[in-house]
Amino acid sequence: MVRAKKATPIRVLIAKPGLDGHDRGAKVVARALRDAGMEVIYAGLRQTPDEIVEAAIEEDVDLVGLSCLSGAHMALFPRVLRLLKLRKVKNVPVFAGGIIPDEDARRLKRIGVRAVFGPGTSLDTIVTTARQIARRRA
Amino acid sequence: MTSRRPLPPLARGVLKGDRRALARLMSLVENRDAEAGPALAALYPHAGKARVIGITGPLGVGKSSLISGLLAHLRGQGLKVGIVAVDPSSPFSGGSVLGDRIRLDRAPGDQGVFIRSMASRGHAGGIAATTREVVRLLDAFGMDVVIVETVGSGQVDVEIRDVASTSLVVLVPHLGDEVQSLKAGLFEIADVFCVNKSDLPGADGAARYLSEMVALGTDRDGWRPRVVSASAKLPQGIPELWEALAAHETFLDAKGLRAASERCRLGRELVGLVGERVGETLAERLDRDPRVNRLLTELQTRTTDPRAAAEKLYRSFRPES
Repeated sequence: MVRAKKATPIRVLIAKPGLDGHDRGAKVVARALRDAGMEVIYAGLRQTPDEIVEAAIEEDVDLVGLSCLSGAHMALFPRVLRLLKLRKVKNVPVFAGGIIPDEDARRLKRIGVRAVFGPGTSLDTIVTTARQIARRRA
Repeated sequence: MTSRRPLPPLARGVLKGDRRALARLMSLVENRDAEAGPALAALYPHAGKARVIGITGPLGVGKSSLISGLLAHLRGQGLKVGIVAVDPSSPFSGGSVLGDRIRLDRAPGDQGVFIRSMASRGHAGGIAATTREVVRLLDAFGMDVVIVETVGSGQVDVEIRDVASTSLVVLVPHLGDEVQSLKAGLFEIADVFCVNKSDLPGADGAARYLSEMVALGTDRDGWRPRVVSASAKLPQGIPELWEALAAHETFLDAKGLRAASERCRLGRELVGLVGERVGETLAERLDRDPRVNRLLTELQTRTTDPRAAAEKLYRSFRPES
């Protein structure tokens, strides 16, 4: 007999902070994570850092993905990280994607962004990394 | 009995208004974690006060957008609102894109709202198997109104009525002629109909078809479903929509029907929970049963038929008592 073994899906929040309207990358990543068996809460465009953190709390996600292609990532991503800390959201890693210069990527990693994916990153890499860094449920 | 025991920490958190405890407990419930059991039991006496409104209808009719409108309206009245939005899980990967949240606007920092997205996780019927319990948590958390949004529903997705005391079926113009509205299933569970996108041509016709269909039917316990036209986009008709939903809630109270309708829902929940356990036990036993393989071979060689084989297994599983 075949019985489905139920694994607990990883829950990921994908959001675009700020006013940047380019959401194709975020959608492609959301789709890939879905196809990898994850539950993707797609918050979409024009989210404030507060909204993103509120969503991360209410949805009890294991991972947050932020996308920004407008150049405002150094203003927005650190704010999200700070707010997560302020609201005592622990062990929820953040990864980032978009047009992010290497130097900024290094600085983001220094303040706690776990992975930064630039243009041309394969979806396999993103999925594998997401699986590795996602919070493990007790 | 339960009141003597110390409260499980997550349950205590929920009662104290800790949003992270609530979210965490929801995940445990969704994942069918055994740890959720004591907390659910401890919180059950605290639930039962919220008005639970179910919102269903085909995909793309504007359920989330209407909820966004209702949310603003209800917050304006000072009511605390919980929202549970269900979207489908993939039958292939088990993954899901939960995209209802994107349409739900709320005031910045508003703590009188709690939105939770759920994947259906293989459950048919329009909601997830654990949606009812997640709703109950929001109820115990102190929400005045809990709105449950189903997946985009088909004609037979009527399980929302097992969760909500008032069900809203949302439709749009040009979904079909008046014969569609005569069919059984989805259209039967509506306490209120909403024709959304009333700014589009054909909306008046759709509302008329529905009103005629409602007029042809008999009342259920003395309630005649209301038909409301609205446009989540403009927005228009949102206060009227809430008024219709609230009228059904008031009706339940005025006619003394609330207890009876809750009893019906609890009865179905109880049967469902027992059925679930029986099904699991059965599946486990069949897993280990050597006769299953033999019967499968007999089926493939056409020496027995599925009903006869099932009967044979069923008879051996009759309760021992």
